[in-house]
Amino acid sequence: MTNILTTKNLNIHYGPKHAVHDVNLNIKDGKITAIIGPSGCGKSTILRCFNRMNDFITGIKISGEVVFNERNIYHPSTDPSRIRKSVGMVFQRPNPFPKSIYNNIVWGPKINNLDLDFEELVETSLKKAALWDEVKDRLNDSALALSGGQQQRLCIARAIAMSPKVILMDEPCSALDPKATIKIEDLMGELRESYTIVIVTHNMQQAARVSDETAFFYEGELIEFGNTPDMFTNPTKKQTEDYITGRFG
Amino acid sequence: MARHLQNELNKLKLQLLSLGAAVEDSVQKSVKSVATRDIALAKEILESDEFIDKLEVEVEEEALKILALYQPVANDLRMVVAILKINNDLERIGDLSVNIAEQSYYIGQQKNIQIPFDFQTMAQKTAAMLKKSLDSLVQIDVDLAYEVCHADDEVDKIHRSLYPILYSEVMKNPANVETMIRFLSISRNVERIADYTTNIAEDVIYMINGAIVRHTQESFSKV
Repeated sequence: MTNILTTKNLNIHYGPKHAVHDVNLNIKDGKITAIIGPSGCGKSTILRCFNRMNDFITGIKISGEVVFNERNIYHPSTDPSRIRKSVGMVFQRPNPFPKSIYNNIVWGPKINNLDLDFEELVETSLKKAALWDEVKDRLNDSALALSGGQQQRLCIARAIAMSPKVILMDEPCSALDPKATIKIEDLMGELRESYTIVIVTHNMQQAARVSDETAFFYEGELIEFGNTPDMFTNPTKKQTEDYITGRFG
Repeated sequence: MARHLQNELNKLKLQLLSLGAAVEDSVQKSVKSVATRDIALAKEILESDEFIDKLEVEVEEEALKILALYQPVANDLRMVVAILKINNDLERIGDLSVNIAEQSYYIGQQKNIQIPFDFQTMAQKTAAMLKKSLDSLVQIDVDLAYEVCHADDEVDKIHRSLYPILYSEVMKNPANVETMIRFLSISRNVERIADYTTNIAEDVIYMINGAIVRHTQESFSKV
């Protein structure tokens, strides 16, 4: 199994705060990797490194490497917008553009001057995001009229429209009800066939249900990384066991 | 929630230990009824099985409740799974103890019959295995659990040694054939108790270190 994303001695500082310590992590191609850990452990910071979303934070200092497609994405010659085309992101709260459902999907490809059949792109993206049947008759309605769960699936469809290799999900279900959460989890299972997914979640059961591999972070350090079933039945580190069983964190 | 889960797990463990104590008592009484030809004691065991069955159902219900409400993981999950399996094994041991008591009830009514094999040693070893397996659960002692797995061989050996003895007894005195068959049944039941006790020890090993040693040589090689 090849690694699609690799961090090498990754260190991240927010001003004087050392948020991520010397992390070496391999994200496998075509797998779902869950990143878990208590609040402030650096999991979202790591996730945002994978498509350089941290670039917008003032005072951040990043050392080490994040390798994607055999290139260090933090190399000065790398164009971050090119990285973000290949590594899409879905956020904690659904954030559709205040535009129609149709325009949410085609916006990215259009501003990137991609020569595509947009009708087809909208249909395939929405189908892949398991939203097509619910919205096919109202593509020109505002995306903001959709329910929270539908909006989040629209955001996934929007990410898919750019044909990414990797989709990053930062607590994608934390603002959703259980029914909408299950739909997103089922969707992740289907997307696994075509994309690599990295998900940050606070929900232990969700990490156990959806992911193939799990990375546990504590105070900016990668404590344990491995196969999800092993991690949730027989973790090797006591800190991991204490965290996933709710004894701390 | 972790504290609630811990309270529930402690409660579950105590329930299982109550069942373990009842089963241990039943096994001790059943082998004693054979050794002392005590018909009244044998009858007592036949009547006590209902209590064991009731405890087994209670433990299972409690374990299922914990799985449904708390979705335990890691060592907590292993503990609930091990307890569910040990629960079944203890109930089966209770049934085997009843089988022994049934045979004992018959034998106790026969005159001038001697136990034709080293029943005392076999019974003592099996009772000790059962006690040790439950102790390994209480003390979270993986070495003790491995000792139980190892001891099963000795009980098997005694059981196997019975066949030629019984054959020769039947040849000597064909009129005693039914009694000898009942001794064979007693030995077989004691040997099965030792097997279930080994299962318990293997589940304790899984609970402690996550290793499934069942159907492997590992349960024996660690001793």
